[in-house]
Amino acid sequence: MPCKGLPRGIDFIALRHRIRPVLALICMTISIVNMAPTTEKLQAVVYQVRRDIVRMVHGCQSGHPGGSLGCTELLVALYHEVMTHNPAFEADGIGEDLFFLSNGHISPVWYSVLAHAGYFPKAELATFRKLNSRVQGHPATHEGLPGIRVASGSLGQGISVAIGAAQAKKLNHDDKLVYVLTGDGELQEGQNWEAIMYAAHNKVNNLVLIVDYNGQQIDGPVDKINTLGNLKAKMEAFGWNVLDQPNGNDLAAIIESLAEAKTLLAETKPVVILLKTEMGNGVDFMMNSHKWHGIAPDDEQLATALAQNPETLGDY
Amino acid sequence: MKKYTFTEKKDTRSGFGVAMAELGASNPKVVALCADLIGSLKLGDFQKQFPDRFFQIGIAEANMMGIAAGLTIGGYIPFTGTFANFSTGRVYDQIRQSIAYSGKNVKICASHAGLTLGEDGATHQILEDIGMMKMLPHMTVINPCDFNQTRAATLAIADYHGPVYLRFGRPVVPIFTERDQEFIVGKAWMVNEGTDVSIFATGHLVWEAILAGEILAEQGIDAEIINIHTIKPLDDEAVLRSVAKTRCVVSAEEHQIAGGLGDSIANLLARKAPAPQEYIGVNDSFGESGTPEQLMDKYKLNAAAIVEAAKRAIARK
Repeated sequence: MPCKGLPRGIDFIALRHRIRPVLALICMTISIVNMAPTTEKLQAVVYQVRRDIVRMVHGCQSGHPGGSLGCTELLVALYHEVMTHNPAFEADGIGEDLFFLSNGHISPVWYSVLAHAGYFPKAELATFRKLNSRVQGHPATHEGLPGIRVASGSLGQGISVAIGAAQAKKLNHDDKLVYVLTGDGELQEGQNWEAIMYAAHNKVNNLVLIVDYNGQQIDGPVDKINTLGNLKAKMEAFGWNVLDQPNGNDLAAIIESLAEAKTLLAETKPVVILLKTEMGNGVDFMMNSHKWHGIAPDDEQLATALAQNPETLGDY
Repeated sequence: MKKYTFTEKKDTRSGFGVAMAELGASNPKVVALCADLIGSLKLGDFQKQFPDRFFQIGIAEANMMGIAAGLTIGGYIPFTGTFANFSTGRVYDQIRQSIAYSGKNVKICASHAGLTLGEDGATHQILEDIGMMKMLPHMTVINPCDFNQTRAATLAIADYHGPVYLRFGRPVVPIFTERDQEFIVGKAWMVNEGTDVSIFATGHLVWEAILAGEILAEQGIDAEIINIHTIKPLDDEAVLRSVAKTRCVVSAEEHQIAGGLGDSIANLLARKAPAPQEYIGVNDSFGESGTPEQLMDKYKLNAAAIVEAAKRAIARK
């Protein structure tokens, strides 16, 4: 599987095992050449965030690289292009767009993106999952890490919290938006559907839900564990506007979907983007499998992963 | 024994409802959420007067706790309202992660606590809620004793930053505290000074403790009665000062013995000043259908039971 962003129809699979480093370089070059200036700048952040993710998880031999890599482009697009936000961090977030991560286990990507956006020193990423750190295994407010507004990790709670924050924005006549990301397997938790029903009934049209639609969960493919069925039809039946984005690791496509979501909110319905992502994207051996949901690479695997992603902004 | 009288009986939940309407007018940051129980929680006046700040969530308590947590982001003070059963056990994980661990300024207001919910039976009669809530780090747990004290507590927690569990009930009970009392979170209230036994009571059992004190006085026993409306943080000083004088204890609550007020007192005394203690509470049992009076009698949560417990405690000195 070639990395996302390459022209379709070119089969690199046979080449991959023999000339992996060369392939990675080609991927990067083509990706950058094909990009507009904005996405080129964002792609540089993406490479660095991917490096941070695998290094953080390797550093403590614990954590969740697969989903983190799969959502790297999304979070980079949100924090470095789409959202109005203040890295000086004020918990109430008045006048800012807010982001909530419901699937808190992909904390490495969020921490890295927050650090590169200026919320806290990059060096702190080295303390991920270690004792006396603000960079907890799952996102938390308890240690006062800037950028986090509620703890997450126990799944299924983020949409409700995001609805509350969105309602507070309406009471405050604050026209900024609330974004919340959930996993797709996470939608097996019932609370999500309480929240999804509520948001439509109450016309919470300052809320954008993004589903990390990678089709994987810990024990295997979502369709084999407990299928979501026709998720688009379900969300529409619940009264939401639904946007499909099959290229969830393509920066330009993500930005386009987020812009479209903002436009659609005028219709008084909440909006969901079904973002088809590739778990482990950007690290070839972590792709096409659920196996890298929650395990750490060894030294050799780390070197391979880093060779596929150039150091663009400086390692922490 | 100091004389306590009453001219009126009311339910503690109505004290909550009255206070909510007052808060709606006095504090523009107060918002109320309810899970399809506006009448039971006495939130009708708040809903009518402040519709923009009232959120009907429907029968979805987990979602209600999450939305409450989210509303604090933006500066609001959410008060959630449903039965105690659905305010705690049903939503423990949501409270734990999105409210307590996240340090959110949410007031979890729980009616129909304990056996006195009555005829609905054990599915709704939660007797474990104090235990669950007090185990959560930094959660404040309050169980006022009558209409006036519930009103005062509701007003007070709006100005008290941090997550609070406020527990009250359904039955009409005597109003024996002052309407405009000062309610200080964490400060026990001396009901009657005495020397022979310390009776620490909370919620509906405070009035029963007063009745017990009168019976004991007739029998020559001078009981000290203290209303522990705030179970967490416990007023350690008030408990230790009293027990230093009386050297024996009765705890009384409409809750499981395990995990309740009595456990908190025993924990403190075991560490600081061990003393014989007798428990008035439900002993490892679910409730059942019946009138509140019948249930309090059957499960021995009344003045007569407190009198007997006091005598046992004194005998163990």
